[in-house]
Amino acid sequence: MSKGRYGGHGGQYVPETLMNEIIKLEESYEFYKKDPEFNRELESLLKNYAGRPSLLYYAEKMTKDLGGAKIYIKREDLNHTGSHKINNVLGQALLAKKMGKTRVIAETGAGQHGVATATAAALLGLECEIFMGKEDTERQKLNVYRMELLGAKVHPVTTGTQTLKDAVNETMREWTKRVDDTLYVLGSVMGPHPFPMIVRDFQSVISREAREQILEYEGKLPAAVVACVGGGSNSMGMFYNFIEDKNVRLIGCEAAGKGIHTKYHAATIAKGTPGIFHGMKSYFCQDEYGQIAPVYSISAGLDYPGIGPEHAYLHDTGRAQYVPVTDEEAVEAFEYLARTEGIICAIESAHAVAHVCKIAPDMNKDDSIIICLSGRGDKDVAAIARYRGVDIHE
Amino acid sequence: MNDQAGNKKQDEIRIKDAFCHGKAFIGFVTGGDPSMEKSEEYILKMAEAGCDLIEIGIPFSDPIAEGPVIQEANLRALTAGATTDKLFRLAANVRKKTRVPLVFLTYLNPVFRYGYEVFCAKCEESGVNGLIIPDMPYEEKGELLSIAREHKVDIISLVAPTSKQRIQTIASAATGFVYVVSSMGVTGVRSEIETDLEAMLSAVKAVTDVPAAVGFGVSTPQQAARIAKEADGVIVGSAIVKLIAEYGEDAGRYVYDYVKGMKAAIDV
Repeated sequence: MSKGRYGGHGGQYVPETLMNEIIKLEESYEFYKKDPEFNRELESLLKNYAGRPSLLYYAEKMTKDLGGAKIYIKREDLNHTGSHKINNVLGQALLAKKMGKTRVIAETGAGQHGVATATAAALLGLECEIFMGKEDTERQKLNVYRMELLGAKVHPVTTGTQTLKDAVNETMREWTKRVDDTLYVLGSVMGPHPFPMIVRDFQSVISREAREQILEYEGKLPAAVVACVGGGSNSMGMFYNFIEDKNVRLIGCEAAGKGIHTKYHAATIAKGTPGIFHGMKSYFCQDEYGQIAPVYSISAGLDYPGIGPEHAYLHDTGRAQYVPVTDEEAVEAFEYLARTEGIICAIESAHAVAHVCKIAPDMNKDDSIIICLSGRGDKDVAAIARYRGVDIHE
Repeated sequence: MNDQAGNKKQDEIRIKDAFCHGKAFIGFVTGGDPSMEKSEEYILKMAEAGCDLIEIGIPFSDPIAEGPVIQEANLRALTAGATTDKLFRLAANVRKKTRVPLVFLTYLNPVFRYGYEVFCAKCEESGVNGLIIPDMPYEEKGELLSIAREHKVDIISLVAPTSKQRIQTIASAATGFVYVVSSMGVTGVRSEIETDLEAMLSAVKAVTDVPAAVGFGVSTPQQAARIAKEADGVIVGSAIVKLIAEYGEDAGRYVYDYVKGMKAAIDV
């Protein structure tokens, strides 16, 4: 079996045109991850530019209100550019630079990864082009303008369902046109090997910090860590350093949209089947003939028909648990967190908050839960208003 | 399931037959575009016009190696109700009427979901002689290869302008023919092909006797004639699919004339 396997998942299912390039990427990554200078530079960027370490915040009011386990929030929303995406992007952009690349390309759903990539490209002096589903460019106009302010060129993708999966297709196509000077900065723990590994490694800073922080505050490990899952990068980052801590429950929250009994969801683990797509073997929402299904979520960042291969493996082995959370539950949690803790979080992250609201009351008061708050919610305010029938446009 | 005549016929048809009538012209259509009936008609027209091997695309929702022309054909076919089962019926119908070697071009997911064993068995049963799977590189073909071999289905290997030292490894394990990808990027008509095809082809030829055909971007008789000087065959997809997009239900004679012109251009 080929490289980059998580159980039977993963692999490198890409056109031959890209093979030498992803092999080169893996070799470069293996070299630089052990290179002290690369690590010094990356740490400096994470600390002095992105603002790490991020806070582990004790949500006291929420804890009291729910009346169960202590709730801690890992504040990835406080990073520069407002989400966890910057962790990975700084790593990959620095890697691109070391590899002698002068141009980066990336897909984006909600625009968080696109904004982060455009930011890193501006900082490191790389040319940047972002592919974003046309429907998403309309849902997230502000982020499009942000990327342009940062010097990136944004291409609205008009093929297929015009959302995240199509943006990935188009970025892959673009990469096959031009590999010599270009690195595809993939935004999640998905795609062909080595991307799931690289993105996981760069995101694992989340759990490396959180594990130390919770041990400092509580003197023991949390009973559970909870994160939202689209492709799965913030959740993989949140889970990674807890995988060996068998008593820590790892919980991923998938977008159930209008409910997993309807057609309108993006719940890959709940409703998907094994498949091979976007360079990897994993679970996908698809029909009996293997046609990839159109998926739906109120959250553009979770609106993806697949899941990273390492998550598929954690699901198969039972090490992590994946639960569906509906739009309605996420919107309620979004409002609840704003009201209770004064934090407006991304609608993606609100899926994790919603699940914690369900499980925390039944848990022991001596135990703790960590929510990975992957992003801030400024981008979602207008959409939430519209969901509640208030006609606000950005 | 198969009658004896069908089996016998299948045993006799091989991809290498395509390369026995001078330089091979290999044409592509997306199965089910604009309808299953019309696809069958166009495939037979292509065979009649001198096409030496026909690639039939099983439409996929997300064809990442295709340019806009074939992407749209995939969408038209799926919207018109094409499925893998219907494609097998199409191939079987075509096989009853012509001896031209047939290969399916599709992405790995439709094959994986159908089940490798069932899929390859159905290929054999319907007279499909090979498979081209753009998102299954050399490293990943192991899971399908032995099953395909049992059912006498060749997995066509692709080499690209970026393959460099990989060409040797890939080509020496190739069966059927070697698909030489002429250009970077996705499928689609190009006015110029800038790759050093001669170098790629001689790297292929150095390690294998399996014929090598060049595709991606080829559309005009002039391009085809130039390529045919070096290669054993020329592959054309988007230019044919474009005619079908333009003329829809009435594309038959345009496709016929086009194929005839291309075959004449390389048949010197």
